[in-house]
Amino acid sequence: MTVLAITEHRRGDVRDVSYELVTAGRELADDLGTDLELAVIGGDVEGFADDVNRDGVDTIYTVDEGEEFNHGVYTQAIEQLATEVEPTALLMPNSVNGLDYAPAVAEGLDLPLVTDVVDFETNGNLEVTREQYGGKVETTYDIDADDYALTIRPAEWPKAEAAGDAAIEAFDADIDESALGTTVNGFEEVGGGDVDITEADVLVSIGRGIDEEENLPLVEELADTLGATLSSSRPIVDNGWLPKNRQVGQSGKVVTPDVYIAIGISGAVQHVAGMKGADTIVAINTDPNAPIYDIADYGIVDDLFDVVPELIEEFGGEAPDL
Amino acid sequence: MKILVTVKEVAEVDDEFQISGLDIDEGSLEYDLNEWDDYAVEEAVQISEENDDVEVVTVTIGPERAEETVRMALAKGADRALRVWDDSLENAQFLDVESKADILAAVVEEEDPDFVLTGVQAGDDANGATGVALADRIGFEWAAVVNALDIEAGVASVHRELEGGIEELTDVELPSVLTIQTGINEPRYASLRGIRQAQRKPLDVHTLDDLGLDDSVVESPVERTSMYEPESEGDATLWEGSAEETAGELATFLRDKGVVEG
Ligand SMILES: Cc1cc2nc3c(=O)[nH]c(=O)nc-3n(C[C@H](O)[C@H](O)[C@H](O)COP(=O)(O)OP(=O)(O)OC[C@H]3O[C@@H](n4cnc5c(N)ncnc54)[C@H](O)[C@@H]3O)c2cc1C
Repeated sequence: MTVLAITEHRRGDVRDVSYELVTAGRELADDLGTDLELAVIGGDVEGFADDVNRDGVDTIYTVDEGEEFNHGVYTQAIEQLATEVEPTALLMPNSVNGLDYAPAVAEGLDLPLVTDVVDFETNGNLEVTREQYGGKVETTYDIDADDYALTIRPAEWPKAEAAGDAAIEAFDADIDESALGTTVNGFEEVGGGDVDITEADVLVSIGRGIDEEENLPLVEELADTLGATLSSSRPIVDNGWLPKNRQVGQSGKVVTPDVYIAIGISGAVQHVAGMKGADTIVAINTDPNAPIYDIADYGIVDDLFDVVPELIEEFGGEAPDL
Repeated sequence: MKILVTVKEVAEVDDEFQISGLDIDEGSLEYDLNEWDDYAVEEAVQISEENDDVEVVTVTIGPERAEETVRMALAKGADRALRVWDDSLENAQFLDVESKADILAAVVEEEDPDFVLTGVQAGDDANGATGVALADRIGFEWAAVVNALDIEAGVASVHRELEGGIEELTDVELPSVLTIQTGINEPRYASLRGIRQAQRKPLDVHTLDDLGLDDSVVESPVERTSMYEPESEGDATLWEGSAEETAGELATFLRDKGVVEG
């Protein structure tokens, strides 16, 4: 019995979620009265193992296969390692790469899988908490199984900081290269361009609540009036209404302005990942249950088409006719 | 070439809602085609328009109500649809990732597609796992969170959208399951003509039995035990009053903060 957590790295750096997995994994291992073991797969495994050697980790397995993430290598290596160490709980990150291998690993090992877990508790069985319906409700699930796989929501547990003295063991995975059906050819950075929203002190950020492209001049006028920069949630960019470099969030930009005015944005976890570091967050949203209010400092529960024109006029501007 | 697209009718929750038992009350829900699946359907239809002899088949697991959603996919250009449903699915508390993968795997076996497109996740339960679990189950290759796709000579060249504005460029051997991210294309609106045509396109209903499965596929060691409105972790100050008043409060705040002068 053990807890096995799979770390993540990209382009030479251990990603934050790995340190969060140490915290979550240690918590679960304590509840279960067992060890916490980590796996580091690919890249500079020795260096990465040193990085993730934090207090509370008992053993770190290094699997020296490949440079960057390849889901075939991960899937094979984790299945072999899990077969050897027989973890009660297999913890993986609910990151984009986690989405690309965790379900396959769970299938391969025939483990029940619960994704995007935000909390757990042991009560004989394991009870996990997750969010549903865009974060409007929380649900708990009881896992009645000896062994299970979970993916852990990034940024939900604090990063483990204190140094540890885990045993580091090389694990020889037997990777069947002929079974690798994907080849990673490289990376591309996207979203450069005219404006750098990460530099802005004040962001007026618009979401799907704006409804139609024809309504954008309203928030453009507000941004102008305030001397702020316009940013947005993902659907606005998906629709082609604003360029990619304006997108705030997990797959967009991480911003840290003094003031972030979120207008018609629900506050989905992938959006929040990009803006929760703002000094002051103001939300304008018709839905008092929108998750954005969990992190907002100030809020107006009202229709943006009523509030924004008033705000523009407060500062002597003129709201456009829509 | 045959492309199978999995689609799901997802529930959207009204601003005011009630929870009854372990789920949101029906009266507080509206249903729509899952946002991510809309992009997957569009991608398949575009491939069929650019190539000869491509058939686009959609499959959904869902009650009769879901046919409205499926017809929408047909109206946008899919050729035919399958819906899987029966009493044991109706009575299941919910379907976990494994159950869905089992059912969809049986459909893949029957349809024998060249590749499968799914959405990255469903907007309601947001598991984000069905596509990759299915791929493993049926022995297909896969790629998750695809936001660019080019298919040539048995290989799908894709971009996988990673965190922080970085994309991974990957070649995936076919047959494969690709989970499609929003923004990969511009989903079309269903035209009136499309909607009329959709009424005449085949929409077959399969029971588990038809697929050679029995009700053990809905059994799961995972059981939902509660649903509740999370206590707001936030302590937001909510300004109240007319739009003029609340805008005035916000304006005062922005002046005090020094965001705007005067
Ligand atoms: C892998 C992955 C990566 C992602 N990356 C990102 C990312 O980087 N950034 C991102 O933003 N999203 C990202 N998403 C998408 C994310 O899950 C949400 O779909 C998205 O953030 C929702 O955007 P929204 O809040 O604008 O829209 P919605 O969730 O539709 O919210 C619209 C809000 O507007 C309110 N509203 C409607 N009308 C009005 C009105 N008249 N006045 C006031 N309020 C109104 C509604 O009450 C609602 O709360 C990602 C998803 C995945 C799966």
